[in-house]
Amino acid sequence: MNDTATLKDLKRGQRARVRALSSTGGIRRRLLDIGLIEGTEVECLGKSPAGDPTAYLIRGAVIALRSEDSGQIYICK
Amino acid sequence: MGLTSGSTGLRAIDRGLVIKRQSAGDFVVALAGNPNVGKSTVFNGLTGLNQHTGNWPGKTVTSAQGRCVCGGNTYILVDIPGTYSLMAHSAEEEVARDFICFGGPDAVVVVCDATCLERNLNLVLQTMEITDRVVVCVNLMDEAKKKKIRIDLEGLSDKLGVPVVGTAARKKRSLDRIMQALEGLLSGETKSAPIKIRYTEPIEEAIALLEPLVRERAGGKIKPRWLSLKLLDGDETLLKALRENLGFDISEDGEIQKALERAWQLLTEKGIGREGLRDKIVSCLVLTAEAICLDTVSFEKIGYDATDRKIDRILTSRLTGFPIMLALLALIFWLTITGANYPSQLLSDLFFRLQDKLTEFFIYLNAPDWLHGVLVLGVYRVLAWVVSVMLPPMAIFFPLFTLLEDLGYLPRVAFNLDKYFKKCSACGKQALTMAMGFGCNAAGIVGCRIIDSPRERLIAIITNNFVPCNGRFPTLIAILTMFFVTSTGVRGSVVSTLLLTCLIVLGVIMTFVASKLLSITILKGLPSSFTLELPPYRRPQIGKVIVRSIFDRTLFVLGRAVTVAAPAGLVIWVMANFTVGGDTLLNRFSGFLDPFARLMGLDGVILMAFILGFPANEIVVPIMIMTYMSTGSILELDSLMELKQLFVDNGWTWITAVSTMLFSLMHWPCSTTCLTIKKETQSLKWTLISFAVPTILGIAVCIAFTSIARLFA
Repeated sequence: MNDTATLKDLKRGQRARVRALSSTGGIRRRLLDIGLIEGTEVECLGKSPAGDPTAYLIRGAVIALRSEDSGQIYICK
Repeated sequence: MGLTSGSTGLRAIDRGLVIKRQSAGDFVVALAGNPNVGKSTVFNGLTGLNQHTGNWPGKTVTSAQGRCVCGGNTYILVDIPGTYSLMAHSAEEEVARDFICFGGPDAVVVVCDATCLERNLNLVLQTMEITDRVVVCVNLMDEAKKKKIRIDLEGLSDKLGVPVVGTAARKKRSLDRIMQALEGLLSGETKSAPIKIRYTEPIEEAIALLEPLVRERAGGKIKPRWLSLKLLDGDETLLKALRENLGFDISEDGEIQKALERAWQLLTEKGIGREGLRDKIVSCLVLTAEAICLDTVSFEKIGYDATDRKIDRILTSRLTGFPIMLALLALIFWLTITGANYPSQLLSDLFFRLQDKLTEFFIYLNAPDWLHGVLVLGVYRVLAWVVSVMLPPMAIFFPLFTLLEDLGYLPRVAFNLDKYFKKCSACGKQALTMAMGFGCNAAGIVGCRIIDSPRERLIAIITNNFVPCNGRFPTLIAILTMFFVTSTGVRGSVVSTLLLTCLIVLGVIMTFVASKLLSITILKGLPSSFTLELPPYRRPQIGKVIVRSIFDRTLFVLGRAVTVAAPAGLVIWVMANFTVGGDTLLNRFSGFLDPFARLMGLDGVILMAFILGFPANEIVVPIMIMTYMSTGSILELDSLMELKQLFVDNGWTWITAVSTMLFSLMHWPCSTTCLTIKKETQSLKWTLISFAVPTILGIAVCIAFTSIARLFA
């Protein structure tokens, strides 16, 4: 994966580490609070039936994010 | 244990939090924790109260307090809303932080989820920065055991420097450990020495510049290290709360301002900006939690959550997600309709036999006609209707719904529906508040606090009424059964189930339509970001849920029957039987409404019943009955079929029935709900809009339906 890969690009069952967050404001704070900091491993668990949001396994908890938000979380594989 | 009578109706309204200490020696203990860690279950277990519980994050949106006596001490426990953090990014976090900081609790119990300890420790660490008197309660130990997650509680206590106890809130006895730990801590027997979180070098240097000064100015009240950190952060909401609680503005202090400037100079030199500082602070907390868990938590089974993931795949997959959702909804309705039939008939037989006896008694007493009219035909009949028609469906629907809630299915509904809410520029969590609306719209509206964006919260509040609550649901079932179910037995109940499901789906579609309309007109805006947590499934305590919620609902409906339905019965009977200028008040009123009501496929009496039913939707049908009966001959109304005859004699057709159901689904919120909206929005304007939106849409839909139906009929 290249430099612009984000959580949005993960397919079900794939894992990756967080490289950086480009989100701002409240959602950035919330993401950090739930432990989504640089280096955190995230697994993609699958999309909702309508294709969005997507569920991720983050530090033992399942969190669903809309594509607008997962697209701002850069990853390295 | 699902919505309780304490969290629905008038009691849903948040009256704020004033700690009720009964004597000066009482200890105030705050219960903090991430959302959905079983905090309310712990609270209920310790206090014997009945706060709303369920397996989804955010049920507790208001603070509750209760007493617990243990070892000769009295503890006032305060259940504060669940939060991930105390950095105050949302209203609940502000409430939680302010209470821990300035509410003067003698201790804070941080309840954690043993199956997800690492993330929960973030809040523990933040709490320990504010106060030393912390007890960590690692809850859901039973779930962790099932998933083969081992937690070294002693090791955890050593690492954190505060008492740690393991509990399984469902096993009440395990909660004693919390009280023992609190006793030890408050009596001074247990020494707590919370670890200090080490931040990166530049941040530590910046803190060092501020801390001595802060200690001088505000020491003793608030931990100086934490306050220094917050001053660096420049957290506006905290500074405001500080001003109110310290009585002076610490950030205005000249020396502190100078120290702050120097600290920021130092941070800037190291390339740390304001955003960067916050990020670094959180990262340090997360990494500290990670390090602690690495030594104290072991996962003995890889894929400990495999079962949950399998269930998720079935409940939220493209192929099966929606069909299962509809099927579950229909199943609940079917069980409700079939199950309610028999007890309903039984109750109504009983009530009418009793009515005959009452009438005989009045005749025996030679009581005047009007007295018999007011008490028996007015008060008693409305009461009998409300209890026999409303109670059985609610007593069945509630436990079933609570089981789904406890299982953890509701967040999956939100997950499935979020895309559509996004298309309406609304928040997916609206699905949760919508679901609460089934129980009580007022409770649903208070629940809207889980939506962070003010615009999206307003949308959820205004549209909550499209879900039929407690008081409307049995009315819908009754009308459906009367007019559209010709066969009896299983086939009949399947037909009513399907029709009811269609009606509810229509309500959900109207929710989307109204949300969309609002977000392109008066509540313009883009959908905001949010995180939706999908909690692990938990096996509900089936027996307990059924017994408790049937009991709770029965009390609730009976309470409403006495406080609302009985007085309404009196007033309506008087209006239906006393004549002014040659006609009764009800007839005059309904006559006035009649022309407009006909446009909507209703008649004046129906529309009037809805208007007079503003205090409570339960009394809408009894009002119709009484008005119709006052003009015709008195019938014995002991079955739905006789009731249908009464309606048909008064000109009802299937179009009238459908229009009545549509209007019941879409009209103004009841008085309690309106009060709640006023309280939650703090605005008369939004209350009026919440009143108008469902009403206008309801009128439009009824008129459209009637015009089209009349073309074909």
